[in-house]
Amino acid sequence: MSEMWWWILAGCAAAYGFKLLGYLVPEKILENEKMTRAAGTLTIGLLASLTIVNTVASGTTVAFDARVAALVAAGVALLLRAPFLVVVIVGAGAAALARYLGWG
Amino acid sequence: MTPATKIGASIAVATGLYAISYGALGVAAGLNLWQVMALSLLMFTGGSQFAFIGVIAGGGSPGAAFGAATLLGVRNAVYGMQIKAMLRPHGLKKLLAAQVTIDESTATAAGQSDPAEQKRGFWVAGIGVYVLWNIFTVAGALLGDALGDPKAWGLDGAAVAAFLGLLWPRLKSAEPVAIATVCALATVLAIPLVPPGVPILVAALVAGVWGYFGRGPATEGLEPDVEPRTTRENSE
Repeated sequence: MSEMWWWILAGCAAAYGFKLLGYLVPEKILENEKMTRAAGTLTIGLLASLTIVNTVASGTTVAFDARVAALVAAGVALLLRAPFLVVVIVGAGAAALARYLGWG
Repeated sequence: MTPATKIGASIAVATGLYAISYGALGVAAGLNLWQVMALSLLMFTGGSQFAFIGVIAGGGSPGAAFGAATLLGVRNAVYGMQIKAMLRPHGLKKLLAAQVTIDESTATAAGQSDPAEQKRGFWVAGIGVYVLWNIFTVAGALLGDALGDPKAWGLDGAAVAAFLGLLWPRLKSAEPVAIATVCALATVLAIPLVPPGVPILVAALVAGVWGYFGRGPATEGLEPDVEPRTTRENSE
């Protein structure tokens, strides 16, 4: 099996492990306000970081290309309360259009 | 249908449909159909799946993808604790409940006050999302395969939009906006300094330290992508 498969299966096991942890560990241990808060802020930080990495990272350099148009267009769609799938399609359309017009 | 069943079903449809974008992006990132499907069947926590393929698409190592996906799944432990307190599942049911413990099923259950309704909401949303998420993953992966060149269709832009769409419902007050801004800046600064994929882990460290040592509401960031509460208020 390839290295990719091993990491996928390890990721699946870890994901299930965290889900099950909440059911198995005594409430006192997890019902710690600091842990709950860290789990939440971690989620926000990771999603923000993933958004930026996918927008500007090109290997180990920062590049501003058609993906910036996707970020702006998706932000506008979200402000207009578009559903998730519409936001994704708007993002794809903006990047494709920007590229068609010769930007990145 | 009871109100909880109705909310659970509508959330299942709305969330299940996202999987089209996950499937298409997974294939565009370079995973094969079986790998894309395995993540939906076994990992089954959308944010983590998007994180895994997002890191791979950016040229990160599978190990970095594992790290980002695993950290994004930490909040499910908090959800598991909440569902355990509400439903008190035992034996095999507990093992099944754990697999469908995600943002959406937890939020649907938490939006109900009657214990029987909490139980119905959790299982309808959890199993409903699971079934539809996996069906639409396959549809998305086949679509991604058929599209060919991902860049010509702007699929890299679709990934950007998907992550912003997952982040958006969590930016409800000044604190999450500040966390997101600081983590975005930390990411940009880290990109030229460390291997691809690792800037995300740097941001995770910043966010975790902020949450653990900073002051603020305990449930920051623990919101579903599809908000069930408005529907609940209508049905009360």
